Amino acid sequence: MLLFLEQCLNGLQFGLLLFLLAAGLTLIFGIMDLVNLAHGSFYMIGAYFAATFTLLTGDFVLSAALAFAATLLVGMAVEVIAIRRLYGRNHLDHVLGTFGLILFFNELVRLIWGPAGMNVPLPAWLNTHFQVLPGVDYPTYRIAIIVVTLLVALLMYVLVMRTRIGMLIRAGASNREMVSALGVNINLLYTLLFGLGAALAGLAGLMQAPILTVQIGMGENILILAFVVIIIGGIGSIRGAFISAILVGLIDTVGRGFLPDVLALLLDPRSASAISPAMSSMLIYLLMALVLVVRPEGLFPASSR
Amino acid sequence: MTGLLTRRNVVIVALLLFLVLLPVYSAVFDKPFLITLFSRIIILAMAAASLNLIMGYGGMVSFGHAVYIGIGGYAVGILAQESFPSGFLQWPVAIAVSALFALVIGVLCLRTRGVYFIMITLAFAQLLYYVAVGLDRYGGDDGLTIYQRSEFVSPLDLSNKTQFYYICLVLLFAIIGLTWRLINSRFGMVIQGSHSNDLRMRAIGFPTFRYKLTCFVIAGAICGLAGALLANHTEFVSPAMMHWTRSGDLIVMVVLGGMGSLFGPLVGAVALLVLEEALSGITEYWQIILGPLLLLVVLFARGGIIGLLSRGRA
Repeated sequence: MLLFLEQCLNGLQFGLLLFLLAAGLTLIFGIMDLVNLAHGSFYMIGAYFAATFTLLTGDFVLSAALAFAATLLVGMAVEVIAIRRLYGRNHLDHVLGTFGLILFFNELVRLIWGPAGMNVPLPAWLNTHFQVLPGVDYPTYRIAIIVVTLLVALLMYVLVMRTRIGMLIRAGASNREMVSALGVNINLLYTLLFGLGAALAGLAGLMQAPILTVQIGMGENILILAFVVIIIGGIGSIRGAFISAILVGLIDTVGRGFLPDVLALLLDPRSASAISPAMSSMLIYLLMALVLVVRPEGLFPASSR
Repeated sequence: MTGLLTRRNVVIVALLLFLVLLPVYSAVFDKPFLITLFSRIIILAMAAASLNLIMGYGGMVSFGHAVYIGIGGYAVGILAQESFPSGFLQWPVAIAVSALFALVIGVLCLRTRGVYFIMITLAFAQLLYYVAVGLDRYGGDDGLTIYQRSEFVSPLDLSNKTQFYYICLVLLFAIIGLTWRLINSRFGMVIQGSHSNDLRMRAIGFPTFRYKLTCFVIAGAICGLAGALLANHTEFVSPAMMHWTRSGDLIVMVVLGGMGSLFGPLVGAVALLVLEEALSGITEYWQIILGPLLLLVVLFARGGIIGLLSRGRA
């Protein structure tokens, strides 16, 4: 039972991280109509920045802030140099162009940081355990991730739905020309939005950095998971992304934790342990196929588009 | 009459002649690696041609097409491992299993369109990638070495590199011929019609879903054959064959060469792989050049190389 609770918390934490990626993807797709495969690259870049700044300053929290800002800048630069020229093109062009960006970023990271992975040490005060319930200890750092991502999700909601900038962004989504005719610098707005999406991906990456090894290609597998999330949630819908991210996170993590035991009941132990890792990787794709059969537009299709 | 002597046709004929004569050149100047390189190029051109059929003519942007290379490859690898070396068994199985998977994936994916279709094909490819990783009995993550190429009747010997090269080349020509026949048939017209306006085609009374699904399955079957050849070529299969970046490479080949043109995938495959070979000779970090180059192609060279050649004709 305690193990189950712990796995659920892990799933929640993973789901919320996925949400950070999926939110950027779905925001950029919903508002700018752009398919961005290079989103995973920002995840990787955020993690590398965090690793480097931690080496330089020795302070993880400061480094995280610096890495967030740096990823924001990289994202904005990429938008100005490359992405801007892809607006209004068809989706295949987006896929190809951003596929090119992935190759570029992977190689650039290899050139700058070298092929070996990096590890980010946690500061002592985060590297402790926290009593969630009497008798249930849970790593403080993972709790911190959950809190930070929930805060960010709330901030994003406020930004998009309750501020003037958010209003302009939503207006730009429904009629780009009209907003720009009213004297709003829509190009700057899009640059900021893309940068924000990149920075959110970077945030997810830098928070994962102390848990995983920072390495080249780390953004790609999680990018595909983020795709699955937004397909299940309905492309363009932030609310859908939030719910399906948590769903996917829970199913993936809990599945990995308990599928071996379930299979062991049905099969002999050897074949159970042989197939369970692959089976648990497949679970969420099966979920996606199921959702697709029942609701091809996702669970919460965006109403605007 | 500008006739047949357009710049595009001259380049294509020159390329075909080059491919036919390559083994002679490689024998005379003693460069056997050229045959190996170009066998690979030709096999991948087949896969790209099958992708072109659905993507170029049918507008179905599949981002998981490499999965059929993997399925075809594993069909050969697994049968070889279980000591069924006959090519008469291996190749039809590779084609049939790929077609079957394409049928299942197609039924699910073709319910969606646009960006959903791109992402869902990608996700299914990823699913099967994990299946391959989980095939413990057949090497799992490490892959499976094939100790014996597919066996055919006596004059045919796939271990002979020149013979193998020509078999691949003939099959490529056959596939290009098949594509030509398909797209100019009634079937092909329906596919192209549903690409430009699906709603109208359905209004006229064509059940476009069935047509598109058939096209999807044909493409999967052809790609499965390419996978069987690739497994014979490398004598090794691994999940990496169906990694999603391989699917990306296939899309790049099609678009680089010229989407929706008969010889585009071949031109694109030659261009991309020769470019890779050349760039990796210059620097270890060749992808840092290739990536931005792709972006430039997307931005400035619509219609790919074939498009560039056809354009600006006086």
